[in-house]
Amino acid sequence: MNYLLGLIVLFIKIAVMLGGLLLAASYLVWLERKLLARLQIRLGPNRAGIFGLLQPIADAIKLLTKEDIVPSAADGFIFRLAPAVVAVTALLMFAVVPLGPDIRMFGRAVPMVITDLNVGLLFVFALSSLGVYGVALGGWASNSKFALLGGIRGAAQMISYELALGLSLVPVVMLAGSFSLTTIVDAQAGIPFIVLQPVSFAIFLISAMAESKRIPFDLPEAENELGAGFHTEYSGMRFGLFFLGEYVHIQVLGALTAVFFLGGWHGPLLPPVVWLMLKIFIVAVIMIWIRGTLPRLRYDQLMALGWKVLIPASLINIVVTGAFIQFGTI
Amino acid sequence: MSENKLKTDEKPLKPDESSGFSALKALAEGFATTAKHLARKPITESYPEVKRQLPERSRARIVLTHDPDGRERCVACYLCSAVCPVSCISMQSAEQPNGRRYARWFRINFGRCIYCGLCEEACPTSAIQLTPDFENIQRDILTLVFEKKDLLVEGCGKDPSYNYYEHAGVTTDQRGKGEHASETPPVNVKSNLP
Repeated sequence: MNYLLGLIVLFIKIAVMLGGLLLAASYLVWLERKLLARLQIRLGPNRAGIFGLLQPIADAIKLLTKEDIVPSAADGFIFRLAPAVVAVTALLMFAVVPLGPDIRMFGRAVPMVITDLNVGLLFVFALSSLGVYGVALGGWASNSKFALLGGIRGAAQMISYELALGLSLVPVVMLAGSFSLTTIVDAQAGIPFIVLQPVSFAIFLISAMAESKRIPFDLPEAENELGAGFHTEYSGMRFGLFFLGEYVHIQVLGALTAVFFLGGWHGPLLPPVVWLMLKIFIVAVIMIWIRGTLPRLRYDQLMALGWKVLIPASLINIVVTGAFIQFGTI
Repeated sequence: MSENKLKTDEKPLKPDESSGFSALKALAEGFATTAKHLARKPITESYPEVKRQLPERSRARIVLTHDPDGRERCVACYLCSAVCPVSCISMQSAEQPNGRRYARWFRINFGRCIYCGLCEEACPTSAIQLTPDFENIQRDILTLVFEKKDLLVEGCGKDPSYNYYEHAGVTTDQRGKGEHASETPPVNVKSNLP
């Protein structure tokens, strides 16, 4: 009986999370288009519904009803698999993000997280690395030069930034003493880690942006060099899945930034979930602002930034943090 | 030669331009600029609601104009049809008893027209002209074939005073030989004989 009840609660949590994520992803597209337009003194979508609020729905209908084309020279199975890999890995990362403290329901404690893995952080890293397989394989399976170049760039970018991303979070783990995202959030009940680890925060944000393939790190897409990069040959809802993956990834990034540095769901007055959503929203807006401001980095600049700046900086940061912990200042 | 040119074009960086601090400053300036633009009013014109008056030389729908005295300008010389890069203009020339040439039929296929304006440039009589009216879209492509009656408009268009037969040395009901503007009377060739 207990087992069944737990299963039902789990399914409800998954359904709510999935629904919320997909809805938020579609309206994040709307927000991005609208905000980007205003940054470029344009109006943005304003035809479908008031302020263009029905635009995501119109886009979804368009993507779903478009012809699904698989190029005859493509590797059919991998071509079909790749978008799903990107979307699924992005969605799965949210399984370990805590939305709030445990709530009591019918005399039982229900944790506000789908699953509190004790290696949550490693789980997140594993999935974010897996997501790049979708990009690289999708680019390769398309059997198109542009897509292949995009895929290769995606893979190379992943190697350069994965390391910095991982190393930037080592101080956080050292401070919290756990890989579990719930424990990391609990450790920030007093002061958020952004205050203690500003360097770590900057490195994390830059590497995570490179990981999510957004301007200024959108080299795998690079529409003015590579057509559309790795998803050049995709159409219809398969393209839509790549698109969905990208916008879910922005939310993941916002959530992870919130969890690791901004104190997760901690915050005064408002309910915990609202605080987390607010923090995700702020990170998303900042990323849109960055997209509206910075140009794309050149390939060698991207590599140089990753290997020569971010990785040494995060290593030094680890040593300094370790020294502080060892000698008992923190 | 090319190496020299490269060297002269290269601007040496000022000492404060190569430092990390100046890079951060440049970044901050960029973000400030975009943030400032967020407060600006969008410059977009919402087209179907707001229709801007287009410049009078904009090239869109083609018309055939009339002389100041109200007669058709087109003399069916085929120059527009010849210069048209997509061959969308066709006509049949004919001559009236009074000596004026005209197009028996004149047809422009707007499904093909690329609105390049070469026909207007080629026209010796200012008959064919492009107008700023660009909203001539049709569901059925065959309705885009315009006949002479669809093309003819009242008035002289952009060239209000020009009248071809005032200048052309052609005898019509308007002018005889030697009576046109800036034309000297015909010389009796026999008077030139030695």
